[in-house]
Amino acid sequence: MKYLKKYPKLFQWLFLLIVFFSLCFAIDVPETYKFIRGQAEFVKDPNQSVYFFLGKEVRYYAFDVFWRLPPLLGWLPIWINDSLFFLMNEWMPMEFWNEDTQEFKTRPLLLEISRNLTSFMTFLIELIREILLGGLETIVAFTSWDFIDAYPWLELPGLPWTIVAAGAAILSYKLSGKGLALFAGLTMIYISIFGQWKPSMQTLSFILVAAPLSFIFGLGLGIAAYKSKRVEKALYPILLVMQTMPQYAVLVPALVLFGVGDHAAVIITMVVAVPPMILLTILGLRAIPPEVIEAGRMSGCTNWQLMFKVLIPTARRDILIGVNQVIMVCFSMAVISAFIGAKGLGFNLLLALNQLNIGLALEAGLCISLIAILLDKMSLAWANQQQDYFGNLSFFQRNKNVIFFAASFVIGIILAYVGTFIFKGSFNYLFEIPHNKGISTADFWNKGVDWIFDTFFVYIKAFNTWLIQDVLQPMRALYLRMPAVATLVLAVGAGYLIGGVRSALVVAALTLFIALSPWWDRALVTLYMATFGVVISCLIGFTVGTLCFQNKKSAAFMLGVCDIFQTFPSFVYLIPVMMLFGITDTSVLIAVIVYATIPATRYTIEGLRSVPVGLHEAATMSGVNKFQRLTKIEFPLAFPHMMLGLNQTIVFALFMVIIGAFIGTEDLGQYILKALSDKNGAGIGLTLGICVAFIGLIFDNLIRTWVGKRKKHLGIA
Amino acid sequence: MSETVIKCESVYKIFGENAKKMLEESNGNVDAKTFQDKGCIVGVNNASFEVAKGEMLVVMGLSGSGKSTLLRCISRLTDATGGKIFIEGQDLLELNNKELIELRRNKMGMVFQSFALLPHKTVVENIAFPLQIKGTNTEDSISRAMEMVKLVGLDGRENYFPRELSGGQQQRVGIARSLAVEPDIWFLDEPFSALDPLIRKEMQDEFLRLQEKLQKTIMFITHDFDEALKLADRIAIMKDGIIEQLDTPANIVLNPATEYVRKFTEEVPREKVLIIEDVMDASSKDNLGDLKVSKDEIIENVAEKILTQEKLVGVVDSNNNIVGSIKPSKIIDTVFGGRKNGS
Repeated sequence: MKYLKKYPKLFQWLFLLIVFFSLCFAIDVPETYKFIRGQAEFVKDPNQSVYFFLGKEVRYYAFDVFWRLPPLLGWLPIWINDSLFFLMNEWMPMEFWNEDTQEFKTRPLLLEISRNLTSFMTFLIELIREILLGGLETIVAFTSWDFIDAYPWLELPGLPWTIVAAGAAILSYKLSGKGLALFAGLTMIYISIFGQWKPSMQTLSFILVAAPLSFIFGLGLGIAAYKSKRVEKALYPILLVMQTMPQYAVLVPALVLFGVGDHAAVIITMVVAVPPMILLTILGLRAIPPEVIEAGRMSGCTNWQLMFKVLIPTARRDILIGVNQVIMVCFSMAVISAFIGAKGLGFNLLLALNQLNIGLALEAGLCISLIAILLDKMSLAWANQQQDYFGNLSFFQRNKNVIFFAASFVIGIILAYVGTFIFKGSFNYLFEIPHNKGISTADFWNKGVDWIFDTFFVYIKAFNTWLIQDVLQPMRALYLRMPAVATLVLAVGAGYLIGGVRSALVVAALTLFIALSPWWDRALVTLYMATFGVVISCLIGFTVGTLCFQNKKSAAFMLGVCDIFQTFPSFVYLIPVMMLFGITDTSVLIAVIVYATIPATRYTIEGLRSVPVGLHEAATMSGVNKFQRLTKIEFPLAFPHMMLGLNQTIVFALFMVIIGAFIGTEDLGQYILKALSDKNGAGIGLTLGICVAFIGLIFDNLIRTWVGKRKKHLGIA
Repeated sequence: MSETVIKCESVYKIFGENAKKMLEESNGNVDAKTFQDKGCIVGVNNASFEVAKGEMLVVMGLSGSGKSTLLRCISRLTDATGGKIFIEGQDLLELNNKELIELRRNKMGMVFQSFALLPHKTVVENIAFPLQIKGTNTEDSISRAMEMVKLVGLDGRENYFPRELSGGQQQRVGIARSLAVEPDIWFLDEPFSALDPLIRKEMQDEFLRLQEKLQKTIMFITHDFDEALKLADRIAIMKDGIIEQLDTPANIVLNPATEYVRKFTEEVPREKVLIIEDVMDASSKDNLGDLKVSKDEIIENVAEKILTQEKLVGVVDSNNNIVGSIKPSKIIDTVFGGRKNGS
């Protein structure tokens, strides 16, 4: 009784676990039940139950309600799909003027909007692409094909790679200094001589359109939400879901709305990149001290000046993190959207992975990572730039960057021209190095992979078998063995114990949605993979973070490493693991672990860092040793922040698990991938995405509520 | 007194949803308690006063007394719930947004407790900011800002960022920024409260020096009674949104209007606040000794001289005309005596 009073929470949790396990043991697996594989749902089987809702037929295998809930939401994907098609093809037909045929044509409104948006995006991408690589689409867009036939010299020749490289270096120098300039120059040269120029520039043009557009939209919507509570309330739930929605899942509806190609990729990238930008804009604007706003007002700012000269610059730090996120998402999407036909490095990467050509994949992956790091650093430098009013500089000094660029432009063109004489009959290496004519290290890497396989095959195989047979399979079986009711009780109970009735209701709603969808089993598999990844990531991350924290230099170094790793597009992580473990669940899980360890490490270091100095001193004066200080002072205080890291770790892990479907897993991701090639896949893809998002949100809700309470309790809110 | 620059007539500021309606119903008899029961908080309660050109009015009160709210009503950073405010005869509450911006750009400057500098701009850019907002070109605004940098003694630090400066230096930037457009009216909201005592004293002296030179019309907010005494031409003491007393420092010390004000004055060293004129006897001008003192002299400065005299000491005005006299014993009375001593 005494203990019961002392630790009431502990006993409540124990009670919850007892209920959960007794439910698990009380409810037997039905005899007819088997983990449903493949397309079984679409096979007509007399054993299936059927119901109709909204005119949609849903077939499913019925089991004891305590074991598995019937898929009462099974109509949703079909309904979403039909609605989308209706909106696109039948809703609000209107007369539109058609330029090409010079007549009015009847078209559904949404289709017309989509077409216009599409052609606008295509124009933007082509414009930048042709400046970098040459072409004639842009000229044609302003004139006509006949015109270009008459004046063939108008075709944009594209910039020689030397000029782009020099331009990147000079811009980096202006923004930051020698270090970045050197990095920019080397990156460009690397890309060029390794024959990745064309796909790199294709990717770059895609990003140069997607990133600024996402930034503008995100900032605009963020400002709107800051100014109006109503806008914020409307946006918030969408933002929340989008934060945890796997990027794969949004591809499918985009396919229906915008078709296949770079333009669809840009639009879908914006859908993914805008939400974090909005959130960070709101966060930054909210954090501005009121006196700064008043100071702006008293200086006589108009509303416009107040926003752009006072508020946004003051909130710069958070907005910058937003820009950073936008760029990262753009690169991630540059690869993923290769699934819907975006050209460039991502496409090559996917192709190489598909052919199991690890060497090629590695080269493409390295290129995309280098460009990502470069743009990331440049955008940071750009935002930190300062003007100096006190240089009485000469014309040359003031304009030296422009002059240097002009000079390198001329030199580049001369070089390219000279190149036409040197490389007669073959490719002009001073203009552009074609894709397969550069130096390639692919063979070297492929041989390396082969060597690793030959040499360590036994060990890798043994490890693989052990992991799959003794760890993963049993774990998976355990997860699948959970009756739906038991899982629900556990989730709702945890919600209630952590956040009271409100949390319990939110968690119940989210869990029910997944349980009532046709993919409960798949969700459990996703969950098992994510759990495995998260547990190991957290172990590694917390340990590494704590160790690095012991020394200021190593902590800073580790944060730098995290920064760089975070810049890599998520797909890139699949390359090395496929190199070592081939196409197995192990590969996916290792990619998950590597990817999800980043936030775990970062938040651990940041959390430990945020412990006030005064407390350190107080602890030292009470005579604690290093270990005591860590366990008694630092961990308890840093723990809430570390839990936020856990939250991020879960989201990262879920993303990677879903992407892992590309290698071949049996979770929700597999179906999302399948939906991509299904003409009726839009609804399925979206619903699956929402399911994954909801798994993330359940944990998000629980962790955030707990952290909020804990921080209040510790007085560090 | 010379012309009035700021004039408030029964200004009310009440926070809450039905504030306006409740104020109308109360007919000007606002009781904080009843308002609070209905979910409204009274910030400023029936404030009426005038500030003359070149005068420094210090508003003193503890936190939550409504002094900052009053200042924000007069600078129209918040809109007053009731009453009228005139700036140089213009009805402030009638101005539209554009006129208000014009007014702020040309007539008003404000200094904030937490400095409120723009973190992304250097010292000189911060100071030039109000000018650039007005549309002054870069060259002129920067050269004007450099003058201000010199005025507040920050030469050599003009390219520093606020985060690289100490609190005192940051507030110098804040002061320079508020003065950059040469405003007529200067609002200071607890400008020295966030500074440590030594720096605070230094900044107060600096501030007096500036004011000597610039002769602005000033509203100065503080919670520090000593600071108020040191700086003010007149002091307004606020409590719960009500101005308890508005008078010269000497009168507040000598004749506290309410018990609340008296508590503040208790600990005040009178010899540092009062001048000879406050304690002299204007009726007797005969039988004077050799020593003459100016009527504007602070008691502390001449007390020693007077106390060595046996005869009456003559008090003279700036033209050396005798306007009264003072007994040496009066000085002792004033400094050590009870509260019944009056002028």
